[in-house]
Amino acid sequence: MIDIIIHCTVALLLPPLLLGVITKTKAAFAGRIGAPLLQSYYDIFKLFRKGSVFSTTTTWVFRAGPLVTLAATVTAALLVPLGRHNAPLSFDGDMVLFAYLFGLGRFFTTAAALDTGSSFEGMGAAREVTFSCLAEPTLFIALITLARMSGSLRLSTILTYPSPGLWLATGASMLLLVAALFIILLAENCRIPFDDPTTHLELTMIHEVMVLDHSGPAFGVILYSAALKLLVLGAVFVNVALPVSTGDSLEDWGLFVVAMLALAVGIGVVESVMARLRLLRIPQLLVGATILSAFGMLLVLR
Amino acid sequence: MLVLVASSIGWYALFCLLGGTLGGIYQLDWPMPFGPALFAVDPLSALFLFPLFLVSGCVALYSLSYWPAAERSDSARLTLFVGVFTAAMVLVLLVRNGVLFLMAWELMALAAYFLLTTEQHNREAQKAGTIYLLATHSGTMALFALFSLLHRVTGSFLLPAPHSLSTSVTLEAVILVTALIGFGGKAGLMPLHFWLPGAHANAPSHVSAMMSGLMLKMGVYGILRTVLLFVDLPGWFGWLLLVLGGWSALNGIALAAGQRDLKRLLACSSIENIGIIFIGIGMALVGLQTGAQVLFICGFFGAFLHIVNHGLFKSVLFLGSGVVLHSSGTREMDRMGGLAKRMPVTAALFLVASLAICGLPPLNGFVGELFLYLGALYDGIASPLPVLALVAPLLALVGGMAAITFVKAYGTIFLGTARSTVAEHRHAADGPMVGPMLLLAVCCLAIGLAPLLLVRMVAPVVRFYSGADVNLADLGGLQIPLMPLTALNLLLLALIVVLAVCYRLRLHGLPKAASATWGCAYQAPSPRIQYTGTSFSEMMVNLVGYVAAPQRLKPVLAGFFPARTATFSYRPVELLLDRVLTPLFSWIGLAFSYMRRLQHGQLHIYVLYVFATLFVLMIWAH
Repeated sequence: MIDIIIHCTVALLLPPLLLGVITKTKAAFAGRIGAPLLQSYYDIFKLFRKGSVFSTTTTWVFRAGPLVTLAATVTAALLVPLGRHNAPLSFDGDMVLFAYLFGLGRFFTTAAALDTGSSFEGMGAAREVTFSCLAEPTLFIALITLARMSGSLRLSTILTYPSPGLWLATGASMLLLVAALFIILLAENCRIPFDDPTTHLELTMIHEVMVLDHSGPAFGVILYSAALKLLVLGAVFVNVALPVSTGDSLEDWGLFVVAMLALAVGIGVVESVMARLRLLRIPQLLVGATILSAFGMLLVLR
Repeated sequence: MLVLVASSIGWYALFCLLGGTLGGIYQLDWPMPFGPALFAVDPLSALFLFPLFLVSGCVALYSLSYWPAAERSDSARLTLFVGVFTAAMVLVLLVRNGVLFLMAWELMALAAYFLLTTEQHNREAQKAGTIYLLATHSGTMALFALFSLLHRVTGSFLLPAPHSLSTSVTLEAVILVTALIGFGGKAGLMPLHFWLPGAHANAPSHVSAMMSGLMLKMGVYGILRTVLLFVDLPGWFGWLLLVLGGWSALNGIALAAGQRDLKRLLACSSIENIGIIFIGIGMALVGLQTGAQVLFICGFFGAFLHIVNHGLFKSVLFLGSGVVLHSSGTREMDRMGGLAKRMPVTAALFLVASLAICGLPPLNGFVGELFLYLGALYDGIASPLPVLALVAPLLALVGGMAAITFVKAYGTIFLGTARSTVAEHRHAADGPMVGPMLLLAVCCLAIGLAPLLLVRMVAPVVRFYSGADVNLADLGGLQIPLMPLTALNLLLLALIVVLAVCYRLRLHGLPKAASATWGCAYQAPSPRIQYTGTSFSEMMVNLVGYVAAPQRLKPVLAGFFPARTATFSYRPVELLLDRVLTPLFSWIGLAFSYMRRLQHGQLHIYVLYVFATLFVLMIWAH
């Protein structure tokens, strides 16, 4: 029971902090002081008190977009185990629902983008659906490989199964999976090298350009959903990459939060040292990730 | 109107059957050379009858306002053939005599031909009709072979009882392959799909709904019926179906993504869905062969659920395309836009069906795909060499491309602003046609929220194949998550509603403004600068260029600006039909034109032909 309460609290409150950590890391790399760690909370809070501008072109789909995305992401957050603790909800094959909930959110985000009739947002939406379509098989191959190792079809078991012992036994395979999952994490959350979340005026942008016309509370919801998605997919990654357990439930929670913050620092480092890829290269990298995860699967079968 | 009455009677009968035991048999002994007429209803027929009665009833209701008898002179013909078409499909499902089956089959195929050439003065419809007629008759030829072979084995045209036929390995292989050619062609399984996009696109929309939602399923029914006859099946057949299904699913949706014509897009996505159904059947047969019960159950449940589900949501989409067609006067998506404002109900129903066809929760498409995923995932953890596990990433890829296709269709048609004056000035409103669509869409949502309802209905069919009871609660350590799915879907809907209410309340106290879409300070935006459907899917179409390589005709540019006459044209090409079959057939036509020299109309030479033939025959007889 306590674990469920902590799960919900962490899932609901931690996400904006991750964005703050990433920004701080990038600022440190650039030799600046940077915005405060809690800046994302202030931003979201401020947006909830701001007025909205609605384009006359839009319909209810535009307003529904951010809300459905948030609802789908929150539901997905209930399915994924955080740290070494089972998720509040778990059943056989929950990973399918997990992946498809993000699909639902994406459908509505892109439809809302098309609702504005802006060609910028159309471009962003087209890229979003194309790249995530290529990213999806990788996620499934990685999850099947992990499921095979653990012998279960529940995300809670699959993702809490990896242990230092497993890493020693099947290190090569795990390494490939972790690499593939990291690429997917960056792609799905629209991070460099796939997308640059700090600008939206370049014609090469994906996520930020889709939400250009949202304002006020709706934009706050979008910002928050994006952060929550980072936490949820980050938790999948951290569970596989850092399978350490202290044995004590509360200490494990602490460990998870620290690991997530470390992941945020890692993403910040990647964003600082890399440039964004050319748009045409992105599909190649995504297919590369699929092949990496397929190699991981082959090594497990051997 | 008659169809409506008949289908409601059919519904009543079906419910009686579902309530009681399924096994009504009716035999008519008549002195025909091909034996008695045997009619029977078993769970397999009932599975197909369920969407048949539901959809044809809705279609009949829809056609009252879509093709009103008062305004259209050809409505009498259309009504007649819709009735014949429906009745023929019911007959196909009921007869158990090979010759009668072929008659019903031909009746269905021909009625479909007359329906799709309703607009008989339209050249495109004529061409599509001819291609359809050639394709369907090539298929029927294979069926003739199939039933003759069966007659040779059993000595009667009556279909043998389930699980009773055992023949030599070669004969069994030949029977299965002829069935696959005959029925697979009707189902639109690749590579026999080439007739499908044109036929669906040119028929009146409610007929397209019936063809896609129901007639394609008759092909699936044929294969399922043939498979049911044998005591045991060769191992390769399941794998063959699986590979063909995967191939159809992937290429069908790739083809759909590149289309500009709304109804062609829907037709190509039918190929994809038929592919998904065949993946399920293939998985089940592989499971039957290897003794993996979970694969068998998940595969058949997935396939059967998808058969019903596809009938429902694809009908909504085609009926919706009819409403769109009525109000915009074009099938070309890139000329539409902004229809959601003028027909909000149609837009909402089309959205529901689009979500369902992408397999997204909380709608019915997800339930069928979930079973297939579970089968694949189970194979991934349980089998020593998990080849079937690859079905999961394949389905994920197909699902992603379906999302591209339907975001494109929905966004281009209903969202944004009108792209051309054609779409703008026509009279557009929801009209009474949305009633039947609403009913079907509600069914989609109901099945999505309470999948147990449909699973209960489908379970007897699976039992029919397995011969034993199916316990979904515990399949070799795998629990099918139907109740958790219901709970989570309800939770999702509740969350959406709560968020929507909160958002509305929040908006109340805050300043609101309306303005034009932000255009980077560009002051003279026009509807033409909107992203079109073609550009939306361009990136993906380029990635899968091997199957959907569209023709792009670019203008030659000279000087700084293109001339006023310069045009760009984009035409999606269907590889098999446009690159292989059409050139092949025109070449054959050319070759045969030399034969026409024999046909010159001179009587005395004809008499000479007769004499020469007789002479040759006499020599041969000696």
